[in-house]
Amino acid sequence: MDNEEFKAFVTGLEPSATFDETGEWICVSVEPAAFKTFASALRHSVFHFDYLFCHTCIDWKTHLTVVYHFSSSSFRHSIVVKSNLDRLKPEIETVSDIWRGAEFFEREVFELFGVNYLNHPDLRKLILTDDFEGYPLRKDFEDPINMIKL
Amino acid sequence: MYSQTEIIKDTSNLGSEGELVINVGPQHPATHGVLHLVITLNGETIKKIEPHLGYIHRSIEKMCESLSYRQFIYVTSRMDYLSAHINNLGCAMCVEKGMQIEVPARAKVIRVLMSELTRIASHELWIGAMAMDLGAFTPFFYTFREREMINEIMEDTCGARLTMNYMVPGGVSFDLHPDFQQKVKAFVNQFKVRVLEFEDLITNNVIFQNRMKGVGVLSPEDVISYGCTGPVARGSGVSSDIRKLYPYEGYENVAFDEVLETSCDSFARYMVRIREMSQSIRIIEQLIDNIPEGDFQAKTKAVLKLPKGEFYTRVETARGELGVYIVSEGGTTPYRIKFRSPGFSNLSALHHMVKGSKLGDLMATMGTLDLVIPDIDR
Repeated sequence: MDNEEFKAFVTGLEPSATFDETGEWICVSVEPAAFKTFASALRHSVFHFDYLFCHTCIDWKTHLTVVYHFSSSSFRHSIVVKSNLDRLKPEIETVSDIWRGAEFFEREVFELFGVNYLNHPDLRKLILTDDFEGYPLRKDFEDPINMIKL
Repeated sequence: MYSQTEIIKDTSNLGSEGELVINVGPQHPATHGVLHLVITLNGETIKKIEPHLGYIHRSIEKMCESLSYRQFIYVTSRMDYLSAHINNLGCAMCVEKGMQIEVPARAKVIRVLMSELTRIASHELWIGAMAMDLGAFTPFFYTFREREMINEIMEDTCGARLTMNYMVPGGVSFDLHPDFQQKVKAFVNQFKVRVLEFEDLITNNVIFQNRMKGVGVLSPEDVISYGCTGPVARGSGVSSDIRKLYPYEGYENVAFDEVLETSCDSFARYMVRIREMSQSIRIIEQLIDNIPEGDFQAKTKAVLKLPKGEFYTRVETARGELGVYIVSEGGTTPYRIKFRSPGFSNLSALHHMVKGSKLGDLMATMGTLDLVIPDIDR
């Protein structure tokens, strides 16, 4: 995959997208509102990103960033897609209907960071107990009893 | 549905007529750890299967945020404890990538040798445990006999049998034990004979084959969609070996084949692991007499600082693709670490694999997923 070719494709699809080429793979940042259509287009594009190999979230204290790592099983190229979410009301559309492995990844991020995935088929806690309060992987989480921060 | 900690009092909403909800685990011998499955049955047919995780969740990712780049590697031995070396290697490689540390040739070869020994040990434990799931007790003793030899080799060099903590940024923590080469050769010779015993005991057993063939079928499209990796993906004919696709630590210089099976069922996944052990032996044989002389560790600063940015490495553990994602703000501790564990994604396909099959087939399917629960929960 040629980075310039990919950038032209993304810009045609989503003019507001920004790029970061400092990392190992090209990174695209899109608005959360446009994310679902963008992700769907990536999956069905000529670049054929059919494999979501990692999905997680980062808490920057001012906002949350959801990070998707995509790869292609036929061409073996990888990209990173990011989207910044409002920390008070983090919401993004689910991609579990496009990549089914996303279902568990999203449930994990939902309970540990509090990101609400819209239209997710089964958005429940996966690891924590149902009555657990707070989002443990956020930077401001404090639990005096079960200290996980050293 | 209902809370995983509550005892069910209201039974009215548990499903339609003729359906029965049973719990397998968290303390069930066939789940190999604390995995809780809530299974909805209709007669003996599985309607729905829901994994409830978290019984061994230690929040390793959060812990790592307050540990230095030398310290956090030790925690990762406790994730997939059967591939401890390979977990450590993935983390060490990620730090090396960020700091652009050049690893000495000797260290690279040692790392590959240790990774392959770990892979054999892990697969051997898996064969024994899986045969036991299916009701055969004897193979467990046979496989543990060989695994013990590997554990002794590890103990000599690393000082530990299970959580080795041997890979450090820049190389390995100690040089090899003087007996290492001789002991590994003895193991290789013995293994070649004894792997045939497994074939006689298990692979060619009619009862075993009947229980495995056509059970837990996962199509190649689903493998990619669910993000399954490792022997689970290769059992469905999907090429997913990180050692071949994105070679690291000199895997590009050794000759070995990526093992692929195409029948997509439990038996295919079983065959992949059996054949993979022979490929690991092949790698070990090529390297054991060719360990270069020199340093076993690169000179590094006492305090490691990663530049600001994001680093991702992937390695092939015995279970599949392990991803280590470090977000650094330029300090001495990571800002955020994510471990993309192979077991987590493989487990997510379980419902799809066993839906509509009989309860007895669940054990055959779960056995070949080779789940290690601390790897899933982290």
